[in-house]
Amino acid sequence: MSISEQIIMVLGMLAVTFGVRFPVLKLAGARELPLWLRRALRYVPVAVLTAIVFPMMLMPEGVVTVSLHNAQLVAGIVAMIIAAMTRHLMLTIVVGLSVFLLLRYL
Amino acid sequence: MQTGVTQPSGASTGWQELGRGARHTLPMIVGAIPFGILFGALATSVGLSPFTTMALSLLVFAGSAQFIAATLVGQGAGVLVIIATTFVVNLRHALYAASLGPYLRGLSWRWLVPLGFALTDETYAVVIKRFETADSSPLRHWYYLGSAVSMYLNWQLCTAVGIVAGQKLSGLADFGLEFALVVTFIGIVIPLVRNTAMLVCAVTAAVLSILLFELPHQLGLMVASGGAIAMGVLTEAVLRPS
Repeated sequence: MSISEQIIMVLGMLAVTFGVRFPVLKLAGARELPLWLRRALRYVPVAVLTAIVFPMMLMPEGVVTVSLHNAQLVAGIVAMIIAAMTRHLMLTIVVGLSVFLLLRYL
Repeated sequence: MQTGVTQPSGASTGWQELGRGARHTLPMIVGAIPFGILFGALATSVGLSPFTTMALSLLVFAGSAQFIAATLVGQGAGVLVIIATTFVVNLRHALYAASLGPYLRGLSWRWLVPLGFALTDETYAVVIKRFETADSSPLRHWYYLGSAVSMYLNWQLCTAVGIVAGQKLSGLADFGLEFALVVTFIGIVIPLVRNTAMLVCAVTAAVLSILLFELPHQLGLMVASGGAIAMGVLTEAVLRPS
């Protein structure tokens, strides 16, 4: 990719990212959102983050792999169990990452 | 939405709030470190210049979108496709902004521009927890700023480390460091799944994201998210008719 294309890419990504984040923050603060929208918004993080995470866990190479050799899947399940039992973010991240690196590189 | 009882902690200053926001963001930073290093290494390995790689972190500041953009560059995608994909992937930030906006009512542009610029999954997860449960301190935007600034500085540092390390250690981009994003998001999501409707929403998102993975340009992600939100709202309406 040429340098001029790279510059256009950076500026374009800046425009659409800021263009999504800032105006809504400003508008949502200007007036009360309708109840149905506020209700729906509560589900946003769970829906989006789950939809990002599951393909990365279940299909790290692009196809569904349910196996003990799938380090992403095993470590992901361990992280889910720790998060459910302790609700401790730091513990979940550190143990989940450690299990992943151990499975993958030992 | 205002659930918390007003507590007499309004005595804290802006700087104290800033420090508290940064401290509560620390776990997120642990997860962002490997991911930021991976981004620096990956972006330079697909042919982006170190300058462009740094500029993406400085000016765009959206980890998963930057990661996806670098992957697309590696696949030879055009600039327009990459910008459009970034838009779709970051649409979720509009929903975060809509959820935080009411708590920031009345702030000037001087505050809203940087706070809006630095709105990430991690800062949202930390800040909304504070806004929804704690007191309605008039200085709570400082807490948001503390979370945003610490995430931002860490992200720049890790990108720079990744750029340098990627040139020394060939293959760093293939170490699987993106898994740091997975555990961070698991740590954010699981505590939010507190009732049947949330569980239905999470399961729907998981199943649809796998079934629709083949759709181009991250469309599967958007459709799966939309479907999961709808199922959550529907379940809530059935279980607790208002």
